Amino acid sequence: MSNNTERYGLLIDYEYCSGCHVCEVACKKEHDLTVGQWGIKIHQDGPRQLDNGRWEYTYIPVPTSLCDLCADRVKGGKLPNCVHHCQAGVMVYGKISELAEKVDKDTMAIFSR
Amino acid sequence: MKYNNAYNFDLYPKTLRWQEGDLTATRTTMWSGPGCHNGCQLIFYTDKDGKLVKVEGDPNSPYNQGRLCLRCLELPEITNHQDRLKWPLKRVGERGENKWERISWDEAYDIIAENVRKFQKETGPESIVSMMGTGRNVSQALGQNQYANFGGPDVCLAFLSGDSCMNPRVALCYVMMGNINVADMSQFRENRYEDDSEWAAPENIIVWGNNPVVSNSDCFLGHWIVESMKRGSKLTVVDPKLTWMAAKADTWLRIRPGTDAALALGMLNVIINEDLYDHDFVEKWTHGFEELKACVQEYTPERMAEICWINKHDLVDAARTYANAKPGCIQWGLAVDQSKIGISTAQAIMCLVGICGNLDIPGGNVLIDQSANLNFSYGCGIDTLEPGMREKRLGDDKFILKTYGFGSTSQSDSVLEAIETGLPHPVRMLWLQSANPIANMAQDAPRVYKAIKSMEFVVVIDLFMTPTAVALADLVLPAAMSHERDCIRVWYDPLRTLSKCGTYYEAKEDEQIGIDLGKRLAPHKWPEWVNTTRDFMNWKLQEGGVPWTMEEIEAEGGMIYHPFNYKKYEKGLCRMDGEPGFNTPTGKFELFITVFEAFGNVAPSLPYWEEPPESPYSTPELFKEYPLVLTTGHRSFEFFHSEHRNSKTSRELHANPLFDIHPEAAEKFGITEGQWCWIENRMGRFRQIARFDITLDPRVIRAEHGWWFPEKEAAEPTLFGVFDSNPNNVIPQFEYGPTGYGAPVKSLIAKVYACTEENSKITPTEQVTKLGGFGYVK
Repeated sequence: MSNNTERYGLLIDYEYCSGCHVCEVACKKEHDLTVGQWGIKIHQDGPRQLDNGRWEYTYIPVPTSLCDLCADRVKGGKLPNCVHHCQAGVMVYGKISELAEKVDKDTMAIFSR
Repeated sequence: MKYNNAYNFDLYPKTLRWQEGDLTATRTTMWSGPGCHNGCQLIFYTDKDGKLVKVEGDPNSPYNQGRLCLRCLELPEITNHQDRLKWPLKRVGERGENKWERISWDEAYDIIAENVRKFQKETGPESIVSMMGTGRNVSQALGQNQYANFGGPDVCLAFLSGDSCMNPRVALCYVMMGNINVADMSQFRENRYEDDSEWAAPENIIVWGNNPVVSNSDCFLGHWIVESMKRGSKLTVVDPKLTWMAAKADTWLRIRPGTDAALALGMLNVIINEDLYDHDFVEKWTHGFEELKACVQEYTPERMAEICWINKHDLVDAARTYANAKPGCIQWGLAVDQSKIGISTAQAIMCLVGICGNLDIPGGNVLIDQSANLNFSYGCGIDTLEPGMREKRLGDDKFILKTYGFGSTSQSDSVLEAIETGLPHPVRMLWLQSANPIANMAQDAPRVYKAIKSMEFVVVIDLFMTPTAVALADLVLPAAMSHERDCIRVWYDPLRTLSKCGTYYEAKEDEQIGIDLGKRLAPHKWPEWVNTTRDFMNWKLQEGGVPWTMEEIEAEGGMIYHPFNYKKYEKGLCRMDGEPGFNTPTGKFELFITVFEAFGNVAPSLPYWEEPPESPYSTPELFKEYPLVLTTGHRSFEFFHSEHRNSKTSRELHANPLFDIHPEAAEKFGITEGQWCWIENRMGRFRQIARFDITLDPRVIRAEHGWWFPEKEAAEPTLFGVFDSNPNNVIPQFEYGPTGYGAPVKSLIAKVYACTEENSKITPTEQVTKLGGFGYVK
């Protein structure tokens, strides 16, 4: 698994993802994707009511096979376009090992690319 | 945990412009159109031809902190759109035929000047009216042009009945406390959140009648609340639908649309009777507490919960949670305005803020003015009116708040009335600047369409050819978009500049149109040296006593924060005389509004509850025929009102108009998910696609607004399908409250049934444009 420490990815705190589509559009514009194509896509769970009366209503952005973690932008010193613009500020870009250290609560996921 | 702080700031200098490869980067502020109410800071990247290639959020911006919404990210698509208006167009066919001739700006100005002079001479300048859409960066240009060049006193939002968007809340706040107030997310200081030495995350935020992450309305970025949630804020959400924020809230109050005042009154009853209010603030700073206390006794939590279709426990719990929170904060929205009792609703909610001691404290609701106190809104240039003209403003004779200047616009319904009846004087020319009323802003859109058709001369200034332009305009003028304008922004703080970095064919800045027309029509009303929009800005800054020029603000990074103080009423910062207290007749925060009483009880001085004009309880017989409560006007991420329907990306995400319905109701009415359906009431009908939503009360449906279809034929009778999916077919005009404010946009009744080939032979647009309407209007 030692290779994994050198991999890069995205850490998502999906407790606060509001489903605003910004990552999707930021990616689409950066990569000039055609209609129907996405480099990252927001998935939705709910709303559904739990037995305790509370509601489950969660969004989570999932990178697709078209995601290259914005290699060109990153090479130029910038953040991936989705991370730069995420309105809820829930996306972190970095080395997988460093991202793993940031996981300190439920509702966090790391996507490795 | 802090996020998104990993920007490489070496790449983002705090200067106005820099070069990045082949592209020029300009760091400035965005303001519609196209857009929204906000003024985020971003970086426009233009190529050597001045064409916008891409945008990025400015990481150095305290306002949006590098982030942007999808509508800014798709800006290049819109600014370079092939369908943008490129040059002035003169109508050559009949109105509605979509036949135009390209003319020069000089020819356009000549036509305008000729008409203006004719109307001025024959029926006076008051026969010319100017209107705009919501929150646009045109109010200063619109006002200055209308007052100085045309000489008429009427400026308003385009046929928005009861001025029912923010204006009711603003007018109420002025009579109640002499200021506007805004939920405090530390946005008025450069150091945000924990970097601000005074700000505290509210313990409880009531999100009332808006979905901030989507709407971002009234110059408030919804995701600021998400940042506050990360810092510990708990939410109470008042919304008929479970929004994403409602799902994250401790308490979700799923109220019946239009019952916000009942909820607020019930909460006041609990807080007062359980002695949870802030005695110190109430004793020192409020007027009329005993009257309020007596008034709320009839509004028991039991009765109010029943009216609101919520359970009493939740109402009581929400009241206690807010009253006990230190600080507590209310982020209110459009639902407050869009009820016939909008003023009363706003008053009841502000009474909560006041008696709980949450006014003008860190993390509460803070008092704020326009940046640098510049008159850059609807009233810009009003002092250029000739003596006696201001008094002719439509609606001023009927509505006392307008007469005495608490409302800064004409009363919209009164303008419609004057167009229709010629009383109190004829209205013959209409100037529509960035407004598309028949697609969006006008209640009873078919009636407004018919009224404007009868006018003698109509000018539309916009970004694209809209349904309003095709149906009604004699001249269509192309407006510059945000990055093609030099401007300043004074809506709250900071004071911001917009620095021009592109052009598009012959599109012009709104202020430039005013300057050019001024040279023809009223040179004596303008300083001789004002020739460009930059001159215009520097003139207004100078006139307002601001110690900086536009260039100096740009040199400061394009934004200047004024010192922001809390508890200004304690420090003598609210009143003209410099004394402590509020800028009201009593000097207090008026729970009992003395102005209403002093003007002859023009409106109740205390908040009250009244059923919407049509509802399950006010019109039970009618409700049998129209057995659903219909609400509309909520926003989508992809659109700003009627904008962005021609954006490929927005439409990819959101192709068609959707209405929300509970699956139980759908089954009852024979509707399946994804089906086109008719929504109808006694006024007319419109069609949208059913989307199931298990979080709604099955008695409530929720329809989208602002839809037209640029992909459809422009000419009538198709007219971009503007009336086909338009909820304004079923919303009345003239259902405002006693002060002329408010409209029942959010609380209608309707029935719903599936579209079939048989019942869809005539589209609503054909019905309106070809067959004279739905038959209910006069």
